[in-house]
Amino acid sequence: MSTSSHAPAAHGHDAHGHGEHPKFLAHHFYTPEQQLTSAKLGMWLFLAQEILFFGGVFMAYIALRFFYPGTFLAAHEHLNKLAGAANTIILLTSSLTMALAVRAAQVGNKKSLINNLIWTILFACAFMVIKYFEYSAKFEHGYLPGKYYHGHGIEGAPHVFFGLYFTMTGLHGLHVLIGIGVLAWVLIRASKDEFGPQFYAPVENVGLYWHLVDLIWIFLFPLLYLVR
Amino acid sequence: MTTATDTISAGHHEAESHGGSYLDRKGVLSWIFTLDHKRIGLMYLGAVSLFFLIAGLLAVAVRYELMTAAPDLVDGNTYNKLFTLHGAIMVFLVIIPSIPASLGNFVLPLMLGAKDVAFPRLNLLSLWIYFFGASFMVYSILDKGLDTGWTFYTPYSTSTSTAVISATTGAFILGFSSILTGLNFIVTIHKMRAPGVTWTRLPLFLWAIYSTSVIQVLATPVLAITLLLLIIERTLGIGIFDPAMGGDPVLFQHFFWFYSHPAVYIMILPGFGVISELVTVHSRKHIFGYKAIALSSLAIAIISFLVWGHHMFVSGQSELASAIFSFLTFAVAVPTAIKVFSWVATLYKGSIHYNTPMCYALVFLFLFTIGGLTGIFLGTLSTDVHLHDTYFVVAHFHYVMMGGTLIAFVGGLFHWWPKMTGKMYSEFAGKLSALLVFIGFNLTFFPQFIMGSQGMPRRYHEYLPQYQTYHLWSSIGSFVLAAGLFIAGGALFFSLFGSRKAEKNPWGGISLEWETTTPPHEHNFHGQPAVNCGPYDFPEIDHTQEKAHA
Ligand SMILES: [Cu+2]
Repeated sequence: MSTSSHAPAAHGHDAHGHGEHPKFLAHHFYTPEQQLTSAKLGMWLFLAQEILFFGGVFMAYIALRFFYPGTFLAAHEHLNKLAGAANTIILLTSSLTMALAVRAAQVGNKKSLINNLIWTILFACAFMVIKYFEYSAKFEHGYLPGKYYHGHGIEGAPHVFFGLYFTMTGLHGLHVLIGIGVLAWVLIRASKDEFGPQFYAPVENVGLYWHLVDLIWIFLFPLLYLVR
Repeated sequence: MTTATDTISAGHHEAESHGGSYLDRKGVLSWIFTLDHKRIGLMYLGAVSLFFLIAGLLAVAVRYELMTAAPDLVDGNTYNKLFTLHGAIMVFLVIIPSIPASLGNFVLPLMLGAKDVAFPRLNLLSLWIYFFGASFMVYSILDKGLDTGWTFYTPYSTSTSTAVISATTGAFILGFSSILTGLNFIVTIHKMRAPGVTWTRLPLFLWAIYSTSVIQVLATPVLAITLLLLIIERTLGIGIFDPAMGGDPVLFQHFFWFYSHPAVYIMILPGFGVISELVTVHSRKHIFGYKAIALSSLAIAIISFLVWGHHMFVSGQSELASAIFSFLTFAVAVPTAIKVFSWVATLYKGSIHYNTPMCYALVFLFLFTIGGLTGIFLGTLSTDVHLHDTYFVVAHFHYVMMGGTLIAFVGGLFHWWPKMTGKMYSEFAGKLSALLVFIGFNLTFFPQFIMGSQGMPRRYHEYLPQYQTYHLWSSIGSFVLAAGLFIAGGALFFSLFGSRKAEKNPWGGISLEWETTTPPHEHNFHGQPAVNCGPYDFPEIDHTQEKAHA
């Protein structure tokens, strides 16, 4: 008869405000640990699907580069390698500040958490600003994607290369924008003092997401800017 | 004997003191903003049923047109739209969400002894996303129609004037819903199990849902990017899939089937899970080969990612690739057959109750076996060259998708309906529906195997007179099938207004969903349930003998 263990704390539906059921703990979880590991597992699964999502464009890249090796070599020279390299450094640094923010949340250092989140957001914005100037330069030269391409001087099928360039960097840029949004959301919650050693899953999950966005760029940069 | 039944008595006393069910709260807002997995499951059920009705009527219209060899009811373009909408709605709006999102949502936390899924708000979000994506699809119906088939093959899909973009946007959005549901279920199964619910005490339905969820999370994003690239190709012409712009249409097929073959297991695996529950509970016998069934679900999920090329035997892929894909396709038959044999072995010498859920389970066994075996014909290179794009293919996938998944869905619905609604349906109407569905289904689709093998191509609205008889029988069968399904729907629907209240545990099941009140309380259980026996250790089974065997 070891069944139905009715621990007092187990009465979830009337456990709000109960001493053993803290405010941050959703009613359907029994322990903070259960909630934290659930959130983390969920995030890892989300990252797995993100990787497969981007896997599709990388696969398209492989196929098209195989079809048009000459075009890729010729067209990539028209990308701004300096801007690409700067953005790589910016994103890598932002990953460092993000990691520091997670650490700060875990040890309950609110000031450091907020500072590092702000730095991460600033780096993300800097990335987008550089991207904006890169895009404008491409538009000016008529290096538009697909059938809108009207540039000159590139042999082969440059509309395919620039189509892929805008698709890949566009999707990545969209993820950076979403990243800025969720970072801001975590920043607001951090300033309301919601996080601490007991509860920091949102910070950690946003951190995991941000590292993935960074990682994808680490692949995009050589594939698009450093073709050999 | 200490079994999970002990929890019944423990939970029961409290049930009387608390009372109430998850259906008590009234008002539209209490549904739209609910975080309760049971209500979300019911809303999915309502939506799926509605779309099933629409897409089913489209199919009847198609069959009505095909009664005669000449085009009489509709012209060619309208016909293309009819079957495309039938396919797209059935696949994306009905079959994929059918079992996991409706029955799964309702039953999964109950079976685990949990208060809810791990992320209730995400669950509600995925329902909203489903409605949003579905309305995009419906919009494409009302707007310009769609005539690409549900496969959206390029270059036709990049050149047709119909609403490809809104339909693919709809499918893209629906993909998010599917991913979020899968993600939620995986985490729930990992993290929300009640004490004593170990992996080997997980009801087999949940093993199937788990495997399905893995595919949903890993394959759906590939469909999302494929459809997004298709939309980009159509709007910007970037030369990925469109040969006119320098792209490769076969690349689209690779992309599409990398998702869509695993997707057929998103569709069928939950059906397997339902059948595992039905055959064991309604034959009062411990499931045969629990671990084999559980692990074969995972095996199917893994192999399913490696067989997509069997859709492209005649698309110009290399012969070596085709041979490898063919071989891997055969490999899927092994875990699938393990399941079928285990179900049959479970029935063997069981005390079978021929109630409605069991009747549907038997219909499933018959139809799915035919569907599975004819898949081997199509996975074989030499025969597929002959059968490709004929009615043989149409019959094959209807035998597995409809005869498999949807029959399991209906059977599961009859099985869990008393728990979901607290009402008992008419057994007579239920069994009659199963009989009519069985007759109608075979009458509809078996002639299609024959005419397909004789060369009748799919997707044509007029045909040579030599196929007239088969088409006529097939159409008559579809009317019988529709009648059967209407009776099934009616039996369930009218039970809601009937006076026959369901007992807490009408089938004598011992997995946890039967241990709570009927209909369940808002938070599922009073206190945390716990179990110390497997989900199929029925009290009447002689445990001493079981142990002697093991
Ligand atoms: Cu397939």
